[in-house]
Amino acid sequence: MAITTKDVEHVAKLARLALSDDEKERFAEQLGRIIESFNELSSVDTDQIEPFTHALPLLNVMREDELRPLLGSETLLQGAPDKEGSFFRVPKIGD
Amino acid sequence: MSKSLLGKTISELQNILEKKEASATEIAQAHLKHIEDTEKKIAAFNTITADLALKQAKATDDKIAKKEPLLPLSGIPLAVKDNICLDGYPTTCSSKMLENFSPPYQATVTQRLSAAGATIIGKTNLDEFAMGSSTENSAFKITRNPWNTERVPGGSSGGSAASTASGTSVISLGSDTGGSIRQPASFCGIVGMKPTYGTVSRFGLVAFSSSLDQIGSFARSVKDVAITLDVMGGHDPLDATSYNQKLPGFASELEKPIKGLRIGLIKELIGVGIDDDVRDAVLKAVETYKALGAQIKEISMPNLRHALPVYYLICTADASTNLARFDGVRYGHRAAGVEDLLSMYFKTRQEGFGPEVKRRIMLGTYALSSGYYDAYYKKAQKVRRIIKNDFDEQFKELDLLLTPTSPSVAFAVGSKTEDPLSMYLSDIATIPANLAGIPGISIPCGRGKDNLPIGLQLLGPALKDAVVLQAAYAFEQATEFHKQLAEVVTHA
Repeated sequence: MAITTKDVEHVAKLARLALSDDEKERFAEQLGRIIESFNELSSVDTDQIEPFTHALPLLNVMREDELRPLLGSETLLQGAPDKEGSFFRVPKIGD
Repeated sequence: MSKSLLGKTISELQNILEKKEASATEIAQAHLKHIEDTEKKIAAFNTITADLALKQAKATDDKIAKKEPLLPLSGIPLAVKDNICLDGYPTTCSSKMLENFSPPYQATVTQRLSAAGATIIGKTNLDEFAMGSSTENSAFKITRNPWNTERVPGGSSGGSAASTASGTSVISLGSDTGGSIRQPASFCGIVGMKPTYGTVSRFGLVAFSSSLDQIGSFARSVKDVAITLDVMGGHDPLDATSYNQKLPGFASELEKPIKGLRIGLIKELIGVGIDDDVRDAVLKAVETYKALGAQIKEISMPNLRHALPVYYLICTADASTNLARFDGVRYGHRAAGVEDLLSMYFKTRQEGFGPEVKRRIMLGTYALSSGYYDAYYKKAQKVRRIIKNDFDEQFKELDLLLTPTSPSVAFAVGSKTEDPLSMYLSDIATIPANLAGIPGISIPCGRGKDNLPIGLQLLGPALKDAVVLQAAYAFEQATEFHKQLAEVVTHA
C-alpha cells in the first residue's frame, strides 16, 4: 500500500514530530516500502490465536502499600530545562 | 607491568590481585591508559568515568589491605552501555535528546555490579536509543570494529562489544531487543548473552521496546558472562516485569557435561540468505558438538520467516509509546524560541531525535493508529504467539537450538545506512529469541571473509539459561577461537 506525504503528515502530528518537506517525502517512500514488505503477515491464519501478552507467566504483580523514600522535587528538578520554585515551567498552553 | 594486565579474564585478574602482583588501582589505570591509546581509533566510549573507576578500585584495594575476601567482580573493569543509568554521570542514549542528561538514580544492574566490586570505566556508544544494528545511528560518533576499523562493530550495543573486544574492559553491559548484544558479540569475536526475558532487572534501562528489551553482558569468555549474570540476575521489586523466583547459580554449573544434549539445527537459518563463510563455520561447529557427544537434529521452523515483520511492528509500536516521554518538559533537550506548549513538543522532538528514531516512531504510530491497529499491531502479536508456540513445541524434544548469530561477518561502515530494510535483515537470526522471551548466546566459532570473526548462536527454553551457558562453555573448552584477540589488544 502506498503511503502519501499526507499520510505522513497525519502520523507525524499524532507523534508530535515536526518534519521537513524533505523528511516527509523520504518517510513516505521508506515507510511505504517497509509496510509493503510487512503485508505478508495478512496471509498467516490467526483466527484461533490469542495475541501474545507476556513471555513469562507473571500475573498481577502486587506490593505492600507502604511509604518509601523518594528522590524529592529538588533532585527531580535538577535536569529540568526550565523551572520555577518546585515546578516545571513550560511555555503558555493556550491563548 | 601495565600491558600484561590487558586481555585477561576475571579469574586471571583476581589471581593477580590475590598474589598482590598488581593492585585494583593498577588494573584500572592500565585499562584507562589503554582507552587513551585506542579511543581515537575505536571510538567506543561516550563518557570515560576515570574518577569513579579509580574510586571503586581504591575501595577494592582498601578491602584487600584489610584482608577481606575478594568479591565476585573485585577490581574487574566494566563498561556500561550508555542507555543504562549510572547515578550522577551522563546517560545519553547517544541521542541529542539526552546529550546533557544525568540521571539522579542508579540502575539496579550498575548498583549490583558495583556492590560486587566492579570498576566502572565508562559509558559506551550505541545506536540512538538502541535502534540499529551497526552503531552508526549514534548522534555522536561511529564506533569501529577492533578487528578492522573499516567495518562496523554491530549494534546496537556496538560500543560495549568494541570495548571488550579491544581490551579496554573485561566485561561490558548491553541491552538486547532484537539481537543488540548477540550480533555485535558475533561481529567483534567475543561472547554476548541475552538471558531469559525478565531474569535481569531493567530498572534504570531507558526503555525502547518493553516487551522485548533485556539487559545482558559481553565478555571474552563464557565463564565471565556466567559470573556477571550470577551477580546481576534475580528478582528486583523495582521492576514489575522481573521474574520473581530464585535463579540457579550459573558459573558453578558451567562444567556440567553436555553428552546426550539434544540440539536442533534450524534449517531456515542455515540456508538461503546466509553467507557461505558463515554457514561453513557453523556446520564445523555442529561437528564439534557431535564430537562432544551431543545429538544433532535438523529441524524446520517455517513461521520464523514472519519474525522480521512481527518484530518491527511490535518494537516500533512499543517505541512510539515509550519515547512519548521525551517532550522537553522534565529533562533532556527543549527547543528554544517556541510560542506555546504544542509547538515546543513538535520542535523539541524534531531537533532531539535522529532519522532512524523518527522513522521508528512514525512506523509505530502508524501501526497503532485508528484503522490499522488490528491489521498490524494485533496481527503481529498473534503471529508472535505462533512463533512462541513453535519454540515450545521444539523444546519438547530438544534441549537447545543452534544457528549462526548473523547472516554475515561485520559489514563495511556506510554500506547499509541508506537502506533500512537491508539493515533490519542483519538481525534475522537473533530476533526470534526476543519474540519468544527465551535465552540466547553468541560465541566465536571461526573466521570468515577478510579474517573477520563469525558467531554461533545457541538458544534455549525460557529459564534454561544454565543449559545455554553449559553448551557454550563446552564448545569454548574444545576450541581456540575465544583465545584469539584483536591486534589492538595483543600489540598494546
